[in-house]
Amino acid sequence: MRSRTRTQDYMQRKRSVQTFGPRPLRFYGNGLNYLRDTEVKGRLVVIEGPDASGRSTQIGSLTSHLEASGHAIINTGLRRSELIAPGLLEAKRNLAIGKKTLSLFYAADFADQLENKIIPGLRAGYIVLADRYIFTLMARDSVRGMSRTWAHNLFGFAIVPDLVYYLDVNPVKLVHRVFEKRSSLDYYESGADMGLSDDMFESFLKYQAMLGKEFRRMQKKYGLVPIDGNRSPEEIHRDLRSRIDNFLSH
Amino acid sequence: MDRGTTRIRNKFVVPGKLVVVEGIDGSGKSTQIHLLEKWLRFQGLPVFMTEWNSSETVKEITSKGKKKGRLTPTTFSLLHATDFADRYERNIFPLMRAGYIVLADRYVYTAYARDTVRGCSYRWISKVYDFAVKPDLTFYFRVPIDTAVERILSGRPKLKYYEAGMDLNLSNDPYESYRIFQSRIIDMYESMIEEEGFTVIDGTQDIEKQQVSVREKMLALIPKRQQTLPGLVQR
Repeated sequence: MRSRTRTQDYMQRKRSVQTFGPRPLRFYGNGLNYLRDTEVKGRLVVIEGPDASGRSTQIGSLTSHLEASGHAIINTGLRRSELIAPGLLEAKRNLAIGKKTLSLFYAADFADQLENKIIPGLRAGYIVLADRYIFTLMARDSVRGMSRTWAHNLFGFAIVPDLVYYLDVNPVKLVHRVFEKRSSLDYYESGADMGLSDDMFESFLKYQAMLGKEFRRMQKKYGLVPIDGNRSPEEIHRDLRSRIDNFLSH
Repeated sequence: MDRGTTRIRNKFVVPGKLVVVEGIDGSGKSTQIHLLEKWLRFQGLPVFMTEWNSSETVKEITSKGKKKGRLTPTTFSLLHATDFADRYERNIFPLMRAGYIVLADRYVYTAYARDTVRGCSYRWISKVYDFAVKPDLTFYFRVPIDTAVERILSGRPKLKYYEAGMDLNLSNDPYESYRIFQSRIIDMYESMIEEEGFTVIDGTQDIEKQQVSVREKMLALIPKRQQTLPGLVQR
C-alpha cells in the first residue's frame, strides 16, 4: 500500500460513501410469498419507543447525519399510508370499533407502507429510517389481552429490520415530556380505553409501565436493542449515531 | 402451496348458528342464501344476513384503492380481513351468542381462495383469520367455469380491474384473465371441500331444486320445537 498524508486520508474518508452488498429479504414468518426471492441493497433501521420519548427528534437528527455522510434516506412510520391512514383515524375515533378490527386496520396500513415504500426503497439502496414498526402494534395489542401468537403470525409478512432500537424512558419522566409537548394526556397513549384507573394520570403511568414490560419481553425474541431514553437528546443522538455508523461500516 | 394445520380451530359453544355460502361469482350462491333467509324469517326465526366486503368502516378505502390500482396482495388481503373482523366483532359473533341464525354470503374461505391465488401464503391467511368460528354449515356452489362466466358477463358490459384479476398479469385480455383467475379460485375451493366439510350443491340445477337441498340441510340445524316447515315439501 502506498503511503498517504493524514490530510489525504481524511479527504478520502470524507469522499467515500459506504455502500452495501445485496442480500435477500428476510421475513418473520409467512406472508409475502411473491417477494421471497427479492434482493435488496439498502438497510432498514427502526426506532421504537412510546409517545414523547423523543423518537421523532432522533429520527430527524439521524436523517441529517446520514445524509451528510452521503446516504439516501427514506423516512417512514405508522399510520402514514395515504390510502389507509385517513380511514384508520376515523375508525379510531369510533369507540365501538373492535380490537381485532383495529389491529388489522393498522396491519393494512403497515402492509401498504411496506410494499409501496419500504421494500422499493431498500431495493433502490436507500437507508429506510422507520419511526416505529410492528413492535409498537404488537405491544399495544398484547397489553390489551390479545394473543401474542396471533399478532406474531399476523406480522409474519413483515421484513426483519437490520437494526431496531427501543427508547426506554421511565414513565414518570415520560409524563413530564408529554406535558412539555402539549400539556395534556392523550386518550389512547394513557390506555384510557382499558379501564386501568378513573384517573388519567394514574392510568398513563400504569399503561406506560405495562408497555415497557411488553417491550422488554420482545427484546430477546425480536432483537430489540434498548437505549436509555432518560438522557438528553444530544446524548441519545451520539449513542445512536455511533451504533448505526458502526453497523454501516461493517 | 404451503398449508398449515391450524384452521378455524375455535369452536365456541354458542346458541346461534352460522350458515355460509361459498362459490365463485355467478355460481348462484347469493340467490340461494337470499331464498333461505326469506324462508327462515317466514318461520319467525331470528336471522341476520351479512355480506363480504360490506363494513362501512372499510368499504370506502377498498374501493378507493381499487380505483387507484395500487393495492398489493397483502394490503388487499388485510383490508378484507379488517372488513371481516369489523362485521365479526360487531355483528356475527354477538348475534350468535344471542341465538341468531347468521347467514354469511362468503366467509373466510373466500379469503383463503382469493388471497392464495393472488400469491399470499395459505398458512398466513388461515392464521390471520383463526379467530373466526367454524360455520355449522358451509354450502359450496359448484358450477363449471363456462356457466359462471356466461352468467356474469351476460349482465355486465365491462369487467373491473381487480374483479378480472388483472393485477395478476395472467393475460392482457380482461375476459381471458377473468376466466383463468376464476378457474384458479375453483381449484382452491375444490381442494378445501373435504378438509373444511363443505356441503356441495350442484349450481347448474334449477334454482328451486337447489333450494330444496339447502333447506333440507338447514332443517337439521333447527331445534325440533322451532320447526313448522312450510315451503320444504314442495318440489
